[in-house]
Amino acid sequence: MTAVLEISGLRKTYRGRKGVRNALDGFDMVVEAGQVHGFLGPNGSGKTTTLRTLLGLIKPNDGRMAILGREVPRHLPEVAREVGAIVESPQFFGNFTAETTLSLLADAGGVNRNRVVSVLDLVGLRDRAKERVKTYSLGMKQRLAVASALLKEPKLLILDEPANGLDPGGIREMRTLMRDLSDSGMTVLLSSHILGEIQLICDSVTIISAGKRVTSGSVSEVLAQHTSGAVKVRLEPGVDLMGAAQLLRAAGAQVALEKDYFTVGNASNPAQITKLLADQQIYVSELTPVSADLEDVFLELTGTAPVEGQNRQVDQSAMTAGKGGWGQ
Amino acid sequence: MSLARAESRRLFKRRFTKLIVIGALLVLAATVAGTWFSNEKVGATQVASAKAQADRDYQEAVRQSEQEMAKCQAAPPTTDGVPCSEQVWVPTPDQYDYTWYMPATFDLRSEFPNMISVLAVVLAGAAFLIGASFVGSEWSSGGMMNLLLWRPQRVRVLSTKLTVFLSWLTGLTLLLLAAWAGIFQLVAEVRGSTEKMTAGVWQSFGLTGLRALALVLVAGALGFALASLGRHTGMALGALVGLGALQIGVYVMANLAEFKFTEAWVLPVWGYAWLDKELVLEDFRSCDYSATAGCELDKFTMTWQTAGIGMAIVVALVVGAAMWTMRKRDIT
Repeated sequence: MTAVLEISGLRKTYRGRKGVRNALDGFDMVVEAGQVHGFLGPNGSGKTTTLRTLLGLIKPNDGRMAILGREVPRHLPEVAREVGAIVESPQFFGNFTAETTLSLLADAGGVNRNRVVSVLDLVGLRDRAKERVKTYSLGMKQRLAVASALLKEPKLLILDEPANGLDPGGIREMRTLMRDLSDSGMTVLLSSHILGEIQLICDSVTIISAGKRVTSGSVSEVLAQHTSGAVKVRLEPGVDLMGAAQLLRAAGAQVALEKDYFTVGNASNPAQITKLLADQQIYVSELTPVSADLEDVFLELTGTAPVEGQNRQVDQSAMTAGKGGWGQ
Repeated sequence: MSLARAESRRLFKRRFTKLIVIGALLVLAATVAGTWFSNEKVGATQVASAKAQADRDYQEAVRQSEQEMAKCQAAPPTTDGVPCSEQVWVPTPDQYDYTWYMPATFDLRSEFPNMISVLAVVLAGAAFLIGASFVGSEWSSGGMMNLLLWRPQRVRVLSTKLTVFLSWLTGLTLLLLAAWAGIFQLVAEVRGSTEKMTAGVWQSFGLTGLRALALVLVAGALGFALASLGRHTGMALGALVGLGALQIGVYVMANLAEFKFTEAWVLPVWGYAWLDKELVLEDFRSCDYSATAGCELDKFTMTWQTAGIGMAIVVALVVGAAMWTMRKRDIT
């Protein structure tokens, strides 16, 4: 596959009265052609800074970026025609209508104005096209922002939180739109906090924390790489569940008892479980890995899971904890 | 080219642009109306009427003078011995010149330069506001960021916006200058005089008009550049208020420090010198403690060239700073 977007070693430093802050600290990302790529990270992790830097709004301190095989920001004016983007919340001049707003952008970008009607129709704003943008709800502005990004018929579509303010129907429409665009050959980079959506829509993801990439790959790979290592163990009916659990605990396993099964939390080698139990004439009827979802992976990798009694601050995140566990 | 077309459309579609232009046109219309109604054509009737009025006033003054003289002569002589002929004023016909009784009449040759100044000041104010709002609201609404996502050439985008705005301003000002000349030609013909209007006078008006155009462009460029520097329309307006306060402070401090020609530190004076070709400033302190009776005040003549160089430097610095920050500052 060809990479539509490549970022390596991207650095951005902000100097303030409180000292130096690294918004991006050697960040890397690759987005392959034709994919819907999720870009995840906690608040303040550097997602928007990355997108702004990529689009020439912020100057990086170091690093290399390329869009459609061309170095940016040097060749950004040439590739901008191929890139549709919305960054952060949708922002438009409120006194213009949606139609005027898009037709002005079309003029500025040398795009045929006839496309305006079709993109407004695509995002569901056709009947409200002649109303001033300041009368729009957040969700409608979001739709307009997506329309502005689609106006150019881009090869790469970059959307920062496109589902912000959308109603459930709008979110579903947006999901379908993303898939349709991807099926038509467009590459979509999607930054979002709605992890369930990302898991549903995206082919691949990159997770950023504290300005660094903490993981990337296809969604299934990332989930597989970051499963908890826990396994669900079910025994033959009538076997003493408590006794079996105590046996495993004595060997160092972290066992959590449920009604008719138990889970072993640090089972990096599940064969040990069957061996230990079989030695005591206890036979396992089900041994399945407990699968993680993207939210679990995100919280684990970014260290942003809520901790009871603590108020996590925006910049607080932990990089991936050491792996490995009982049984290895 | 497509960017210039888009920016032209954006400028014309803005409600603020339309409102300010309409406001400026109303002020100009009020000026024309005021001039029209406060002046009238002078002919033999007006001259005769003025002469009659002057004569009536003279006769009345003579009558009052004679009464005073009679009273004075009837009264006992005063101790200081001043004769009545010295106590009582006796009017003479030359003190009642009929020309002072003539109605106001609009003399195109002498008064049109002032009208060009009025047009220049009104349009300069409008240009400052439209220029500031044109780019300022783009920054504060996020429109500029959107535009840069489409055309990621910061300096080109800003300079195209400025060029489009100044071109439009040039067109509007030239159009209004032509209309202004036509209107006041009409006012002079109907309510005044077009005497002594030679080709040279019209040429001089033309040059004054060009200086007026330059002043309007300077104001527009400054409003635009200040709003772009602050990334908000309010920045330009704030800078204007700040500059006003600073000017007052500088003027007061310069006076306290007994600097010569303190008015030269006040920027509007440059504009006045620019439009009026020259402005003579006098130092009234130069004759303090002077032993000679006919002391000549020290003078400084600010020419339109000096004022023009000063304004050009200010514009170059502010517009240059706006372009530099556009190129260097992150857009967040």
